[in-house]
Amino acid sequence: MIPDDVRCLESHEWARREADARIVTVGITDYAVEHLGDIVFLELPQVGMPIKKGTSFGSIESVKAASDLYAPVSGKVTAVNSALADQLELFKSDPYGQAWLVKIESADPREYDSLMDAQKYQQYVKGLA
Amino acid sequence: MKLIFEKSIVGRRGVRPSRSDVPTSINIPAKLQRPAAPALPELSELDVVRHFTELSRRNFGVDTNFYPLGSCTMKYNPKIAEQIAALTGFADLHPLLPQLRMGGMLTQGALQVLYETDLLLREITGMSAFSLQPMAGAHGELTGILIMAAYHRDHGNHKTTILIPDSAHGTNPASAAIAGYEVMTIPSDQNGVMDMTALKGALNKQVAGLMLTCPNTLGLFDPHIKEICELVHSVDGLMYYDGANLNAILGKAKPGDMGFDIVHLNLHKTFATPHGGGGPGAGPVGVVDKLVEYLPISLVVKREDGTYSLNYDRVKSIGYIAPFYGNFAVVLRTYAYILLLGRDGLVRVSENAVLNANYIKEKLKDYYDQPVAKLCKHECVFSATRQMAQGISALDIAKALIDRGFHPPTIYFPTTVKESMMIEPTETESKETLDSFIAAMIEIAQLAQSNPQAIKDAPCTTPVGRLDETAAARQLMLASLP
Amino acid sequence: MPFIAHTPRQQEQMLAEIAQTMAGLFADIPTALRCGSLQLPAGLSQQEVHQRLSRLARRNATDLVCFLGGGFYDHFIPAAVAALVGRSEFYTAYTPYQPEISQGTLQAIYEYQSAICRLTDMEAANASVYDGGTALYEAMMMARRITGRNKIIIDDSVNPIYRVMLQSYTRNLNIELVETHSVDGLANRPEILSRIDEKTAGVILQNPNFFGCIEDYSDIAAAAHQQQALLIVSAYPISLGILKTPGAMGADIVTGEGQSLGLPLSFGGPYLGFMATRKQFVRKMPGRIVGQTQDKQGRRGFVLTLQAREQHIRREKATSNICSNEALCGLTALVYLSLLGPEGLKEVAQLCADKASYAYRRLTSIGQVRSYFQSKWFFNEFVLELPCEAAEVVGKLIDRGFAAGFPLSRYYQGMENAILIGVTEKRTRQEIGMLAEALESIL
Repeated sequence: MIPDDVRCLESHEWARREADARIVTVGITDYAVEHLGDIVFLELPQVGMPIKKGTSFGSIESVKAASDLYAPVSGKVTAVNSALADQLELFKSDPYGQAWLVKIESADPREYDSLMDAQKYQQYVKGLA
Repeated sequence: MKLIFEKSIVGRRGVRPSRSDVPTSINIPAKLQRPAAPALPELSELDVVRHFTELSRRNFGVDTNFYPLGSCTMKYNPKIAEQIAALTGFADLHPLLPQLRMGGMLTQGALQVLYETDLLLREITGMSAFSLQPMAGAHGELTGILIMAAYHRDHGNHKTTILIPDSAHGTNPASAAIAGYEVMTIPSDQNGVMDMTALKGALNKQVAGLMLTCPNTLGLFDPHIKEICELVHSVDGLMYYDGANLNAILGKAKPGDMGFDIVHLNLHKTFATPHGGGGPGAGPVGVVDKLVEYLPISLVVKREDGTYSLNYDRVKSIGYIAPFYGNFAVVLRTYAYILLLGRDGLVRVSENAVLNANYIKEKLKDYYDQPVAKLCKHECVFSATRQMAQGISALDIAKALIDRGFHPPTIYFPTTVKESMMIEPTETESKETLDSFIAAMIEIAQLAQSNPQAIKDAPCTTPVGRLDETAAARQLMLASLP
Repeated sequence: MPFIAHTPRQQEQMLAEIAQTMAGLFADIPTALRCGSLQLPAGLSQQEVHQRLSRLARRNATDLVCFLGGGFYDHFIPAAVAALVGRSEFYTAYTPYQPEISQGTLQAIYEYQSAICRLTDMEAANASVYDGGTALYEAMMMARRITGRNKIIIDDSVNPIYRVMLQSYTRNLNIELVETHSVDGLANRPEILSRIDEKTAGVILQNPNFFGCIEDYSDIAAAAHQQQALLIVSAYPISLGILKTPGAMGADIVTGEGQSLGLPLSFGGPYLGFMATRKQFVRKMPGRIVGQTQDKQGRRGFVLTLQAREQHIRREKATSNICSNEALCGLTALVYLSLLGPEGLKEVAQLCADKASYAYRRLTSIGQVRSYFQSKWFFNEFVLELPCEAAEVVGKLIDRGFAAGFPLSRYYQGMENAILIGVTEKRTRQEIGMLAEALESIL
């Protein structure tokens, strides 16, 4: 189900470099959605917040779990999907599209390139089972 | 069933206070008063009695149903303990009395209860002294970790980490983190006990201590327990014993002999004080000699003339973690329970607790998967993985048990076992009760094969069916407000 | 053996059925660790235990006329409270993790949460923490979580017993606790306002304060909010029958001790820590919380919610380590409040205030006895200045049958002659008169 134009973190966030190569869109993978169960709450940062790769930029909560969201690249938050909080079903129906979380203006393009690609992520996930 | 607020009738009165025998004072200016009385329900005493009586009938309790919740030790709560806690000489005693001059002499009975309970718990666990102040198990854990931290600070040790097994109860890492420590998780091996290689790899000079329960949450007694204690001591770390599972080894083994330095007990588990729907409990903390000076203020001591007093002069103590002496009425019930059982009764507790758990284990092992097929102690763990093949989960099995009149076992804990069901019958259950529980579990296992849908709809004998937890967390209706 | 059902024959039968021996069941304990026997006395009968403990109970002085307060009060507990809370379906139940068979406990907690909100004018409450001191500690940690800051300001008019608890926790946890010094029995506004800055997580105050004085903290709430800090108020629930609420003052977190709501004094516990807050902070509040929902047939029901914050899920990242709380004590408070209702609670509060006022006038009419503070408004406690050491006077009054009050020198330097006297609806005009006479004769 995972599209091949994204790269992923071991903590199950996906990242997609946009047409404007400085912008990276971030969300969570369908594996994460399935394991969390019904999402009940989302905590997202403010636009303009500086962000560092590997640190938490927010959190996501379901009935049975709560997880931090980890940044795949460093930079500045340029957009936040605030409408998502009222449409949490989008996580199930469109995790790689409309359920995007934040857009980051990325400082160093090499950070994105060093992430796991979709295929490697699939194998990683298989190994977790 | 209506909320109590929905039953309110304007102007209805319940209990009326006495008429005043002093003049009314217009003491307090209006600007410091609330504009109207609080919006509490207006009901007659009978309305209130009927409401709460009806609510009580929507509960399962130990007094009504078998309650094999693993890790909770839902044993019978002796009524004699309730009667003693209600004696006015205890119930009406103001906690500030000992802080008045010669005030200790006004509370000698209560101080003696605290003193003697300390001694009894020392003998049961092999520790040198107890603080009875912690008001719950998790509170005891935090207290124990603060003692650990005080000891290391006092000795100039630079310690940053606490080791905790992956099968531990969530309060363990939570308590360690609150006390400012980093938590390093040690995995279990394929036998369900601590992975010794992983432990040795994790040990270094930064390790402040290790938190463990023995038997562990899988109901297994770790054969390496003494070695684990020695290894942690070798890096000047301290061993912490989570006493939640003490029911398995009462009178058979002592954490002090195993090498533990700090112990907390759950009086509302092992010592039969009631759970109360979530509390109150009590989590006394016992320590070895070298840690006694760090125990919370105050401690009860016995003077040469045989009278009891409170010792506040404790320079190295971690301070006050409770307003007074702990949940006294809970400690009092424990004292009564230990006196009642005595040395032989306490040993019979663990013998029958372990017998009952192994009895269930043997009878169900052909129907449910066992993560570890070994002798267990006071609780046994099964996995519903076989039933998952038919789409029946541990949750479904739990709900089906409800319809058969049993409180389900603990499910999804420990987190190291998939679809886990942890069954702790306790020693106060009869063979007939165990047999009917076993029969129900077997029936459910068979239904899982022949008619899984019948289980999916459970429970259907209760006032409500399965509730929508997602909706609860999303709509967040947390109070009925006017 | 008490509480063991198995007869020796049944035990043998069970062991045989599982091909075990009693020794075999404990074979997994290494021989070196097996304890021979417990050095404890043999078990007693119920009768013997009752006799022994009744003797111990009689060695406690509960017949002194009680004018002790300090946060813990001798209030009257209506008979129906014990009858209802003593139902074993309530007290032998566990934490309501299986909601279908715990609707009794769950609905009761929901109603308790609602009652606390209505009492304090707040929007959400938790299912309880251990006591009023722990509630303040948890509120302090909550303020740190919400603001991301580390400094807490607390006035010494807050209960000193709670302050030493907070000092013990913060000393071990690296939190900056700034204590301001009350002036004339009231919170020290100039000092508090000057210390609120961008590092402040919260300001902790109490109403009525430890000295019994009543205040309105709306101005301090405003000052705190200007710096994005929080106001935490610890409140005496009976007083909320008539006093302006912390919610109305602008408090962000309200805590307090619920002992006065139907719980016996019991020499220190179990008690009841209540916590309430605004809806926007609910996810940062520790403890269990019950929420309303429905089942597939649309029937209303109640469940534990927001559990993802708690220790059993979040583990080291949890909002708190709290697991067992004071659920039964919360139920007790709910039953008490339901039996009294709004008018009953108001009347109890008014009786406390009136009797305290009467006691104040009777006692200060004694030649050498004065009010310690100039501040005029108190609820049911006040501080008197005696012409000599208060602790000694209290000692003498004990011999006359009174627990006359609390000498403040234990917690406040320089207040050797000060005594804190608390009056509840249980104190009669006659008892107050006799206290005055006894005091007069001693001085």
